[in-house]
Amino acid sequence: MTSLSTLAAAGTVDQKERIERIRRAAYRIRRNALDMGEVQGQGYIGQALGVADVLAVVYADQLRFRPEDPHWPDRDRFLLSIGHYAIALYAALAEAGIIPVDELETYGSDDSRLPMSGMASYTPGMEISGGSLGHGLGVATGMALGLRHLGNPARVFNLLSDGELDEGSTWEAAMSCAHHGLDNVTAIVDVNALQADGPTAGVLRTEPVTEKWQAFGWHALRVDGNDIAALVAAFDELRRHRGTPSVLICDTRIGSGVPLLENREKAHFMRVEEQEWHLARTQLEEGLAR
Amino acid sequence: MTTTAPRKRLTTSAMIASFADPGQRTTSAPFGHALARLAQERPEIVGLSADLAKYTDMHVFREAHPDRFFQMGMAEQVMLGAAAGMAEVGLVPFASTYSVFATRRAYDFLCLDIAEPNLNVNVVGALPGLTTGYGPSHQATEDLAILRGCPNLTIVDPCDSVDIEQAVPALAAAPGPTYLRLLRGAVPTVLDEYDYRFELGKAAELRTGRDVVLISTGLMTMRALQAAARLEADHVDVAVLHVPTIKPLDTEAILRAARTDRLVVTLENHTVIGGLSESVASTLAYAGVGNRVVPIALPDEFLAAGALPTLHDRYGLSTDAIVARVRTELGNAAPAERGPWAADPAPATA
Repeated sequence: MTSLSTLAAAGTVDQKERIERIRRAAYRIRRNALDMGEVQGQGYIGQALGVADVLAVVYADQLRFRPEDPHWPDRDRFLLSIGHYAIALYAALAEAGIIPVDELETYGSDDSRLPMSGMASYTPGMEISGGSLGHGLGVATGMALGLRHLGNPARVFNLLSDGELDEGSTWEAAMSCAHHGLDNVTAIVDVNALQADGPTAGVLRTEPVTEKWQAFGWHALRVDGNDIAALVAAFDELRRHRGTPSVLICDTRIGSGVPLLENREKAHFMRVEEQEWHLARTQLEEGLAR
Repeated sequence: MTTTAPRKRLTTSAMIASFADPGQRTTSAPFGHALARLAQERPEIVGLSADLAKYTDMHVFREAHPDRFFQMGMAEQVMLGAAAGMAEVGLVPFASTYSVFATRRAYDFLCLDIAEPNLNVNVVGALPGLTTGYGPSHQATEDLAILRGCPNLTIVDPCDSVDIEQAVPALAAAPGPTYLRLLRGAVPTVLDEYDYRFELGKAAELRTGRDVVLISTGLMTMRALQAAARLEADHVDVAVLHVPTIKPLDTEAILRAARTDRLVVTLENHTVIGGLSESVASTLAYAGVGNRVVPIALPDEFLAAGALPTLHDRYGLSTDAIVARVRTELGNAAPAERGPWAADPAPATA
């Protein structure tokens, strides 16, 4: 793993403020996700809470975009290939001002712009229709090739899951990005070590993840995906990297930020009882105050 | 005696075999040249291939516009995904491989990355139907059946070099995704002898005739025209309706041609399941037209390897086979000789 020594470079006070700002954004993203989860009474709430810190760093700190103009040609693209993480991305898009917070209560309802699985034609800021796993990085490859060809300096991010590493197409795309020297691509792998049928290690072993990406020609960093300071330092380093595509492997905890759900038996599709939503929000607030 | 007799030379099943008849007029790599020409006017045109640029005539474009060609390696899934990404940022990609790989191997990517967002990506599939003697691994006998169910997708099966040259700019101009059944290499040049222009979504009547109407697509239109000329010598008057766009289908022209007391025959370089014949049959049935349709198509089988002329004869696509089939049908053959599609039990109300 490359050392993350860049944190000290920025002024310590500024950096503290920066991280605190992101921490508050992460709190609001989690709160948004809980609100949406309560609408359906269930959902991919565990994953949403786990990936909230990553999305907070991306949307509050890293991504170039105009909330009022989601099709701005010079925007950085954020591709969600894991369509079922839509709940997390809607929470982040609301935090980023791309969709109204009030709209989140329509999540998963008939005629809502916020379907359970992310679809580009439904939602402002949703760049692709994910869901069939192993597609995002290939589309990112083409966007990055195209943007470079057009002289557009925008960057392309693709959030994928560790389960998505099972798909051969992910590795076709990984090879392609490296072959074409696409340093405008940043892959983010959410390693929550859990898939639909159980723990990743038992479904199809993907480790050693970092070494795999390195062998495919990527600049790879691995961090605690629920440590905002570590995430910021890693993203800053990847931003400066040139010559090869970059990947940030993020070890995240399902249900992170809400002890009630963190300590629950791990499930791909987590059930939360009606009376638990209130408790979950209280625990989340307690975490912010700490 | 056996030692002195010259052995009959076996014909080749080589991948690069052309289906052009000996001495037939051909044009070299019409797709590659048309794309290279179009790219001079349209800077957003780009080309991709999955390690088959040389074998899909994409090399002509690559040589003319090297900075606009992207080699994606033998990785069809990422090629189609990447083509979608390029279209998302405003480019107009043409992505070429063999039809079998574009449709069987990478269908999920064609469907969800390209067709669902309705992007202007043009997928170019070589070796459609039975245009190689290489066997089922390379014979895309069911590509139309796979793709016809895909929403938003325009599907074009060109007859010859004229069709291809005119289709390429039309496909680029169409706002949504397209699939072209590519004829490559030395491609027959046929349609310049007719008053014909390729028009996306439109069928064209190339010949009129009172006795038979051949409704054909792709290279089978060339065979249909040859068969019509042969039958003319026997005083059989044969019309030919060329249907280069399989989807959206020109149902109006098909109904106009098939609402008739002439013998209606469909011809396609594709399995009899899910291609032109079933499209025509359903068009007639949905419109309440009860005419019988005689399908000339590949059988519902994995086909043999061998030389193309041998295989086209064996599977009924050669001009000889078409002429024989039409004569049999006109001779009022017994239903059993017409094949299983003609088996018509007594109506339930009888």
